[in-house]
Amino acid sequence: MKIDTKKLTIREAHSQMLKGDFTACDLAHACLDNINPELNIFIELFDDVLEQAEKADEMFAKKEATLLTGIPMAIKNNICIKGKRTTAGSKILENYKAVYDATVIRKLKAEGVVFIGGTNLDEFAMGSSTENSAYGVTKNPFDETRVPGGSSGGSAVAVATGACLAALGTDTGGSVRQPASFCGVVGMKSTYGVVSRHGAVAVGSSLDQISPFGKVVDDVQIIFDCIKGNDEMDSTSIPDKVYQEAQVERKNKVIGVPKHFVEKGVDEDVLANFYDSVDRLKNNGYEIKEIDLPNLEYALAVYYIIMPAEVSTNLARYDGVRYGFLKEGENLLEDYLKTKGEGFGKEVRRRIMLGTYILSAGYNDAYYNKALALRDVIKKDFEEVFKTVDAVITPTSPTPAFKIGEKSNDPLQMYLSDIFTVSINVVGIPAISVPSGFVKRDEKDLPLGLQIITPEMREDIMFEISENFLGKSA
Amino acid sequence: MEIKEIENLASLCRIDLSEDEKLELLDEMGSILSFIDQVQTVKLDDKKDVVGSLRNVMREDKNPHTEGKYTEAILEEAPKKEGGYFKVKNIL
Repeated sequence: MKIDTKKLTIREAHSQMLKGDFTACDLAHACLDNINPELNIFIELFDDVLEQAEKADEMFAKKEATLLTGIPMAIKNNICIKGKRTTAGSKILENYKAVYDATVIRKLKAEGVVFIGGTNLDEFAMGSSTENSAYGVTKNPFDETRVPGGSSGGSAVAVATGACLAALGTDTGGSVRQPASFCGVVGMKSTYGVVSRHGAVAVGSSLDQISPFGKVVDDVQIIFDCIKGNDEMDSTSIPDKVYQEAQVERKNKVIGVPKHFVEKGVDEDVLANFYDSVDRLKNNGYEIKEIDLPNLEYALAVYYIIMPAEVSTNLARYDGVRYGFLKEGENLLEDYLKTKGEGFGKEVRRRIMLGTYILSAGYNDAYYNKALALRDVIKKDFEEVFKTVDAVITPTSPTPAFKIGEKSNDPLQMYLSDIFTVSINVVGIPAISVPSGFVKRDEKDLPLGLQIITPEMREDIMFEISENFLGKSA
Repeated sequence: MEIKEIENLASLCRIDLSEDEKLELLDEMGSILSFIDQVQTVKLDDKKDVVGSLRNVMREDKNPHTEGKYTEAILEEAPKKEGGYFKVKNIL
């Protein structure tokens, strides 16, 4: 039978494989057949996809299959899968083969997930467009002259085009939610510490979360339920007991809109679409309340202090000694200088330099410590707001997908495209991007996304509102 | 910021930069720094103006694995190695 992987959900695939309508091998073939090489989705397609699928079929035969058995997934190429090339989109890791599985991969493998390949990303997840990869630009399937968003652009396009049923990305400042919005799929970021970071290439360690993409909210929730949980390999992982205790009853019926923030510098059509979404939620029985997050406007500046600071320390490990690329010079110091100078791309070099400046003597207090203090202030603003509302909504991105090359020469403009998503990582709370409609640009329909933000450890409310929003859409 | 500062930063982070890139970075760092400088305009209470609430989490380094269990796999990824060790140029 013909399998339409662009429409098929995880639950449908599972029940059809249980019934024997098709096998995991058929499903893997269907995904592989859908890969459009023009879009440059994958850095590496795995050579054992069918082997993995055969194992999944054995699990079905032995009646050991779970909901995720045989489900083809694409994995952002900065998440370690043992024995697979994990490049992080960088030349410096061009030939690096992971020596262990990330915790999330270990969990997915246990369910019999079939990994299709490692997807393209902005180098070290630094970027909002998947243009900054050492392995070329990934294109938006809705308009190939436009970016898919980033940094997890390859994963978003893989889901949107049916090259897999679901995917993993990493979200440090919006790197799952923004490409989800640009590609018309669902993408979430969980509360910081709920999903283990062990085995994800570190960027901003106090911001990073491994996060799922899916076509529908249920698919994203299924993946999230599998990969979450305390992990002793991640020292910032939340104890399961703390998470359970946070699940107190709420009514989940009041949604806050930070009007003052949303209306600044946002594309007219995006704003109109956002207010349509507000109306849709109102019609679905939610009470809409205007809220004030007085320090939210500083979130982007805070982010662009904390993130490069953490980047500059995390990326110091790429020294050409233990793993990765080595460019030799006359002596050890020259080895370092040349290895980093040639191995890292431009944006990565820029952020390491910026982070080094921010953390250098004399500027540490003015930038880094001030940003940490402000981070707490913004967090308190959100805590205050969540006393009266159950969720906050914003557009996911201030514009639809932009043109390839449009912002690549202006780093600050690129940074501004993350305005709605970065604050969530700064604060550490969960948020999801769900498709909210389309806007026409150059005769092409481009998807938009609605971001739904909920209190710490309340992914449940986020999923509930998302299902309601999408379920009752026209 | 001056070009000397860019050069100093580059040497601190051990990155070899071309002359063109130094100039480019001088310009870009200027515009990024003037953007993030807005954090300086926020007045915080004295109490709040301290390091944030995030702290390091430590654990006991217990149940170590058998010595050498992962050596081969890890060294497999090293650019240069010799007899179970990473190989680097003279340090002194």
